[in-house]
Amino acid sequence: MAATQEEIVAGLAEIVNEIAGIPVEDVQTDKSFTDDLDVDSLSMVEVVVAAEERFDVKIPDDDVKNLKTVGDATDYILKHQN
Amino acid sequence: MSKIKPSQGAPYARIMGVGGYRPTRVVPNEVILETIDSSDEWIRSRSGIATRHWASDEETVAVMSIEAAGKAIADAGITPEQIGGVIVSTVSHFKQTPAIATEIADKIGAGKPAAFDISAGCAGFGYGLTLARGMVTDGSAEYVLVIGVERLSDLTDLSDRATAFLFGDGAGAVVVGPSKEPRIGPTVWGSEGDKSETIKQTESWEAYRNGAPDKFPAITQEGQAVFRWAVFEMAKVAQQALDAAGITADDLDVFIPHQANERIIDSMVKTLKLPEHVTVARDVRTTGNTSAASIPLAMERLLATGEAKSGDTALVIGFGAGLVYAATVVTLP
Repeated sequence: MAATQEEIVAGLAEIVNEIAGIPVEDVQTDKSFTDDLDVDSLSMVEVVVAAEERFDVKIPDDDVKNLKTVGDATDYILKHQN
Repeated sequence: MSKIKPSQGAPYARIMGVGGYRPTRVVPNEVILETIDSSDEWIRSRSGIATRHWASDEETVAVMSIEAAGKAIADAGITPEQIGGVIVSTVSHFKQTPAIATEIADKIGAGKPAAFDISAGCAGFGYGLTLARGMVTDGSAEYVLVIGVERLSDLTDLSDRATAFLFGDGAGAVVVGPSKEPRIGPTVWGSEGDKSETIKQTESWEAYRNGAPDKFPAITQEGQAVFRWAVFEMAKVAQQALDAAGITADDLDVFIPHQANERIIDSMVKTLKLPEHVTVARDVRTTGNTSAASIPLAMERLLATGEAKSGDTALVIGFGAGLVYAATVVTLP
């Protein structure tokens, strides 16, 4: 069953917490992965792969660079999840 | 039709000895920071690299190879004349012909062995090892010298902040010889030519000769794409190599991945769920990425420091430009 927006944000928060050690409550839709959450380009790849598995979605490398904020990623997953 | 006598080799093959050569000059991140806008902290956090070795004009591909080969032959307990094959993997020997393997074979006193170069980027050691195993078991040679050697500093764009800090120079060598027991497992290898643009030389030599680029060609890569492929696709290949060898991660003593970047190594270890007891090679910290040389160099260092010992079971995996990869389980010499 497709995840809701709230479920995706919560899921991303858990993933970012596990990979970059950022507190779950800091992961909000308006936050930039690199500027606000200290997720560097390589950690971002790990976040993307974990999100792909969790939400059954494919996020090609070319699209990863467009996912600047948690909101961008949430919208992408909402739109592309199977 | 005449009956042809088949070639007869040893039942199995093993790595008998390993040797390495690291150039004298140690280059800390501070030197890299003279040409790129970055920081020691940034470089270390992205790559784990603190220092690397850069070769001098005298430390040529041949000179470094001969040094490493001499150590490997001594470690194997054989004499150079017994070498029946010399395989050199390199992408940074700037003379197309003849193969540098022939000069190396001659200089080490190997007589007239089969000698040739191969090009398989950072998977070159695994490709060479696989060829050597085949040569020993089919009887083409009793002992084969496999050398991975690079002067990647010659192919580094020192103004590129994404790669200037990555590469290093050096040579690593092993001697492969006959064994009564299997000591080199099946190789899981392959290529993904549809991803050839992911890691590549910026311009061809032909274009450079014709004056197209104003910069000397260098190695460039798409960092995120390489990271994803290296960690997640190569973890699958590594698992296949364990399966092919009939062992599990619990049976491993040592993991020696290509020393591309410590972040890749960390992530692979996590993805493969390697047990705590497995020693992981992290030679990249002080050697940088030396492409085909990185696995034998890391192997030599682990054995020299006592972190690994002779008889240990090790998973080796190389991956890089092509894209190409090769993974196998070996018993350390």
